[in-house]
Amino acid sequence: MIRMQQFTYRYSEMARPALEGINLVIEPGECIGLLGSNGAGKTTLCYAIMGLIPHFFQGDLTGEVRVNNQPVAKMDLAAMSRQVGMVLQNAANQLSGTKMTVEEEIAFGLENFAIAQEEMRERVDWALEILGIAGIRKRNPYQLSGGQLQRVAIASVLVLKPQILLLDEPTSQLDPKGTEEVYQVLRQLRKEGITILLAEHKVEMLAQCCTRLIVLNEGKIMADASPHAVLGHPSLPDWGVEAPVFTQAYQAVVQPHHGEKVPITLRETIERLNQYEQAYRG
Amino acid sequence: MNKLIEVEQVSFAYEPGMNVLNQLSIAFAPGVTAVLGENGAGKTTLMKLLKGLLKPTAGRIKIGGRDTRQYSAAEIARHVGMIFQNPDEQIFKSSVLDEVMFGPLQIGQSPAEAKERALAALAALDLSDVEKENPYDLSYAARKRIGIASILAMNPEAIIFDEPTIAQDQQGLRRIGQIMSELKAEGKTVIAILHDMEFAARYCERIVLLARGGVIADGPPALVFANDDWLRQAGVKAPGLVRLGQALQLSQTTVTVEQFSQAFRTEKLRAD
Repeated sequence: MIRMQQFTYRYSEMARPALEGINLVIEPGECIGLLGSNGAGKTTLCYAIMGLIPHFFQGDLTGEVRVNNQPVAKMDLAAMSRQVGMVLQNAANQLSGTKMTVEEEIAFGLENFAIAQEEMRERVDWALEILGIAGIRKRNPYQLSGGQLQRVAIASVLVLKPQILLLDEPTSQLDPKGTEEVYQVLRQLRKEGITILLAEHKVEMLAQCCTRLIVLNEGKIMADASPHAVLGHPSLPDWGVEAPVFTQAYQAVVQPHHGEKVPITLRETIERLNQYEQAYRG
Repeated sequence: MNKLIEVEQVSFAYEPGMNVLNQLSIAFAPGVTAVLGENGAGKTTLMKLLKGLLKPTAGRIKIGGRDTRQYSAAEIARHVGMIFQNPDEQIFKSSVLDEVMFGPLQIGQSPAEAKERALAALAALDLSDVEKENPYDLSYAARKRIGIASILAMNPEAIIFDEPTIAQDQQGLRRIGQIMSELKAEGKTVIAILHDMEFAARYCERIVLLARGGVIADGPPALVFANDDWLRQAGVKAPGLVRLGQALQLSQTTVTVEQFSQAFRTEKLRAD
C-alpha cells in the first residue's frame, strides 16, 4: 500500500512546488493512470513513491510518503528497489552503462540482488519473452531503436518482480502496435496482483486498462476517481487533458447533461450510440 | 501543383543486397503529408534520402528539378530541413537561443537576421521564456520543440518532421499541429512521419502508407483510412473515429469529431 499525506515538495532550483498538498492512498493491486500536462507533477509523484525524493533529489519536503507502512524518507534506496520498480521516461537513462548485450542489461538488477544463476536465467528469459524482445537479446543496448530501448527498460524493471510498478510514459517512443503490446503486458501484470501507477498521455489506453485515474495540474490533484467520472468531467480540458476521441464523438452527438456517465472506450461508444439511435427512432 | 521534391525509382540498401527501399517513386508538393508505416518500413530512410543524408543506391531524387547529387549539404539545408526523432541527436549548444540560431548562421544568415528568426521560432513554439536556459535542463518534450524551432528558423521550403508528437501533451500536440497548418498556409512542403493516427487524421491532408520499402497507398485521409486492406499491409490501425464510424455502419469515412457528429446526425438521426 502507498500512502501520501499532505505531501509537498519543491526542487531546490525551482520557484514553486512540483507537488502540493498531495493526499493519496493506493491499495495493493490497483492500476492507476496519472494524467496531466507536462510539468503537472506526474514524474515527481513517481520519484516520491520510489524514494528518489528525498534520497537523490535536493529540495524542500513536508508531509510524508509511506510504502507498505514504512516511511520512504527513512528507508534506503536498495531496500526500496525490492518493493518498487520504476520505468523512467527516457529509456536511455535506465541503462546501467556497463553491459554490452540486452540480456546482460536485463540481468543487471538481479545480479545486484544476488539472485541464483538458474533463477536469473529463467527470469531474464521470461522478461525477454513477455516484451517480445527475445530476438534482440544479444544486441548492444546502445544500438537499439527508441522503441526497442523502451522495451528493454521495462524488461529490466519487470525482471525484479516488484510489488509496485511505476511507469513514466512507458510507450512514448512506441508505434501503436508496440504500445498495444506493452499494455497487454500491463494487463497481465494486473492479473498477477501487481500495483501499477502509470503516467501517460494516451487517454484511450488508460481508459481501457485502469481502475482509477488521477489528474494532476500544477502540482495539485484535480480529480481522483473512476475512469468514467474523470474522463467525462466537464473541466477535463482546463486541466490540460483531452477526453478519448470516442468520448468526444459521443458528447458531440448526444450533448449529455452534466453528470451523465459517458462512454470512454470504442466498444462502449458503439453500444451507447446504437441505443441513442434506437431511442431517437422509437 | 509545383512538385518541390521528386523521388524517382529510388532503391536504397544499407548493406549490399538488403534493400530497405525498392524502386520507390513519389513526389511532394506544398501541403501537409503524413508518412505512416510500421517500425522498419523505411520511413526514416526515405526522409534521410530527401534530406541528402543518404544517397540512393539506384534511382534519383530531385529538389526543385535538380538531382540531389549536384547539391552540397549546405545547399540542401536551404531547401529541406529535417527535425530528428530524438532531439538529443540534434541539440548541442548550451543555450536554447544559441541552439536555434546555429542553423541560420550556418546557411549564411547575418547574426541579426538569425537572431530575429530564432526568436520568432521560439515564440511560435511557446519557448520564449526559456531562451537563456540550457536545453538539457528542460524536459524531453521541450527539447523536441527546440528541435522544431531550430529548423523553422532556417526557413526552408520543405520541413520533415520525424515523429514530432512523441512525449507531447495536449497543448504540445495542438501547438505542433498549428505550426504545420501555418507552414502549409505559407506555401511550405511539410512531411511528417507519424505513429499517432489521430494527429495524422486531424492535421494532414495527404496520407502515404509505406511498407516493405514501397508505397502501398497515397491519398486523402478519408480515402486511405477507409481501406482496411491497405492499413493491414502497412501494419497501421485506423484512427478511432474511422473505426467507430465503421462499427456504426456510417457510409462516410470521418476523421474529425465534427465530421463524425455531422455524419451520424445525417445518416442515423434523420426522419425517414
